[in-house]
Amino acid sequence: MKAFLFIPCLVEHVLPRVGEATAMVLSRAGVAPELPAGQTCCGQFAYKRGRPDLTRPLARRFVEIFEDAPVIVSPSASCTAMVRKYPTLFEAGDPWRDRAARVAARTFELGEFLVDKLGCPDLGSRYVARATLHASCQTTRALGVGDATEMLLAAVEGLTLLPLAHPERCCGFGGAFSVDYPEVSQAILAKKIDDIIATGAEAVITAEPSCLLNISSALAKRAVPVKALHLAEVLAGGEL
Amino acid sequence: MSACRHNFGKASAAALADGESRAILDKAILQIHALRQRSVDAMPDFTDRRARAVAVRQATLDRLPDLLETLEASVTAAGGIVHFAEDASQASRLITDLLTARGVRLAVKSKSMVSEEIGLNEALAAAGIEAVETDLGEYIIQLMGQKPSHILAPALHVSKEQVSALFAEKFGRTSTDIPEMTRIARDSLRAKFLAADAGITGANIVVAETGTVMVLENEGNIRLTGSCPPIHVALMTLEKVVGSLAEAAAVLDILPPSATGQTLPVHLSLFTGARRDGERDGPREMHLVILDNGRSELLADPILRPILKCIRCGACLNVCPVYQSVGGHAYGSVYPGPMGSILSSVLKDAAGDARQPFACTHCGACAEACPAGIDHPVLLQELRRRQAEQGTDTATKSYAALARHPLLFGAAAAWARTVDPRLDRVAAMAPDGPVGKFLRGRKFPGLSKPFSRRFKAMAKRLSRAQAKGGRS
Repeated sequence: MKAFLFIPCLVEHVLPRVGEATAMVLSRAGVAPELPAGQTCCGQFAYKRGRPDLTRPLARRFVEIFEDAPVIVSPSASCTAMVRKYPTLFEAGDPWRDRAARVAARTFELGEFLVDKLGCPDLGSRYVARATLHASCQTTRALGVGDATEMLLAAVEGLTLLPLAHPERCCGFGGAFSVDYPEVSQAILAKKIDDIIATGAEAVITAEPSCLLNISSALAKRAVPVKALHLAEVLAGGEL
Repeated sequence: MSACRHNFGKASAAALADGESRAILDKAILQIHALRQRSVDAMPDFTDRRARAVAVRQATLDRLPDLLETLEASVTAAGGIVHFAEDASQASRLITDLLTARGVRLAVKSKSMVSEEIGLNEALAAAGIEAVETDLGEYIIQLMGQKPSHILAPALHVSKEQVSALFAEKFGRTSTDIPEMTRIARDSLRAKFLAADAGITGANIVVAETGTVMVLENEGNIRLTGSCPPIHVALMTLEKVVGSLAEAAAVLDILPPSATGQTLPVHLSLFTGARRDGERDGPREMHLVILDNGRSELLADPILRPILKCIRCGACLNVCPVYQSVGGHAYGSVYPGPMGSILSSVLKDAAGDARQPFACTHCGACAEACPAGIDHPVLLQELRRRQAEQGTDTATKSYAALARHPLLFGAAAAWARTVDPRLDRVAAMAPDGPVGKFLRGRKFPGLSKPFSRRFKAMAKRLSRAQAKGGRS
C-alpha cells in the first residue's frame, strides 16, 4: 500500500523531524510513503483569517496535487480538518466541490489513519520515557479523532503515560490568535505549561504540530527540562 | 459595526496584568466548571435531555412570529400588558416612561442581562428613579459601581475579602463569614422590597400558551421582586419564548445543570399576569416588555441564526480558554465569552470590539459544552469572513499569494532561514512590536532544512529496509 504524505508548512520548514518520523512510522506499518512535489500550505491560515476567497485557490492546488493518491496521511489534525472543509468552499454544482470531497474523504491524520484504517497495527515501538499527553483541540474536537492517540501510545513499550490536569484545555496557539492577542495566548499557554510541569513528566506528547511548536517554545523559554514530542516521534521509537 | 468602540487586545492585556483578579477568576471558574461537570456526569440521560431541549429551541426559531402573537394574547388574557421594543433606547424609554407616569420613586430589580443590554439602570437614574439590584452578586456589583463580568455570576471576579471591605464601607458592618455577609445584604435589601413601588425582573423562559414568565434563582429575591411591589415589569428578548409548559420543562431539564450544576434551582418562579379579583397578593399591574434589538435580523440570517438558541447558561464562558484567562470585563460588552462574541457583534447599540470574533483559538470547547447545540466556531468563522470582507489584510494576502507558487514559497522560506537567527535581536530591539510580544513567553525554534529536501535519501533507506522485510 502506498500513502501520499501531506506535509504541513510548519513541519516542512520548522519541524522536519516530525515529517521524518511520520514517514518511518508509515513504513513500519507496511505503507510506502511518497512525497508529491509542489506542496506549500493547505490554506488554514487564510481560512481562519476569514478569507475563504484566498483559501479556494490553495484548495484547488491541493486537489490537483493529491487527486491520484490512494490515501493521504498528515501528521497534523488541524491541516487535515482544513482539507475536510474544502468542499464547503465551492458552490453546489461546481465540479471542484466533488473533486475536493473525493480528496477529503481519503485524507487522514496519522493516528486516525493507523487506528481507523489499519486497525492499530503493532509497530513494535519502544520509547523509554515518563510522559504526559496534550490531546490537542484540533485532534479531538475539530477532527473528532476519539482516543486513537491514546491507543497508539498505550502500545508503546517503555512509555509511562502520566495524567495531565485539564486535558481538555487549549494551549492558546490558535494560529493568528497568538500574534493578534499575544498576552492572552501566553497566559493560556502558561497554564498548560504549569499543568505539564506538575505531572512530573520528562516529556509531553501531542499529535498536533502547532501545539508542539507552541508548547516546546514556551518550555525552552522557561528552560524547563521537559521534551516536547510529536506522536510520530514516539511511535518511531527512541529514548530520552 | 463601527470600527473601534472598544479594544479587546488592550483591555485583555490590562486584565491579565491584574494578578489578584486573575487568581480569583481562575479559582471561581474551575469551581463552577466542576459543578457543571459533576451534575452532567450524574445524569445518564443528559444526551437525551439535550436533544429534546435543542429540538424545542429549534422549534421556537421556526415559528417565532406565531409564538409571539400567541404570547401577547395569553398575557393580555391573564391581565397583563405587552409592549414591544425595537431597540435598547426604545425599551429603556418605554419602561422609564411607564414608571414615571405611575409616580414610581424606587424600583427593586432582579438580575437581568437584558436590562444591562438596554442600559436600564442609567435611564432610570436619569429619570430620578432609584433602582436597586436584589440579586446578591448583582447588588455587590452595583455597590461597587461596576458591570457584571459573567452572564450568570455577575460578581465572579470579586473575592469574599473585597465584598467584606465593600460592606464595611457602605453599611458600617463587616464579616468574612458568608452567612453573616448575606445577612448584612439582606437587612439592607429587605427595607427596599417593602418600600419599592415597582419590581423589575428578567425572564429565563416565557410560555406562549399560558403567558407565563419563568425565572430561576437561588436567593428568593426574584419572587419578592415580582410579587411584593404593586407593579411588575418583566423584560425579555423575543427568542426566550417557547410554545407550551411541556416545552419549557424540556429547557428546564438542561438549564440549571449546565449553568450551576443543579437539577433545579432553589426557587423557580412562574408569573402569569397580574393579581386577579379576589386574590390577596401579587402585583396590581403586570407588564411584559419584549425586546428585539437586532434579533429579528439574526432570525433572518441563515448562518448566524442558531445563536438565538442560546439559553444563557454560561457553559461556553466557563470552558472558553480566553474567557477563563481575561474575565468578562475585557470584552467591553454586556455578553462576554463565545456566545457574547457572536451576539454582541449584531446587537444594536452594543458596545464591544468589532473584531471580537478573531479573539478565539478555535478550540471548540464552547460548542462541546453548549446544551443548546450551538456550534460557536462556525458562527465565529462566518463573522470573521464578514469582517475580513471589509478589511485589507495584506499579510494574509501576501502569504496566500506565495503559497500559490511553490518556487516563490520555497524561496521565501530560504530567505526567512537566513533572517531567523536575527529574530531574537529584532525582538529585543522592539519588545512591544509583534515579534517581541510573541516571543515574550516563547523561544523562537528556528527554521530548519526543509523536510522535502531530506525525504529522498530517507525514502531510499526505508524502501531498502522494507525490501529486506525488517523494521527500519
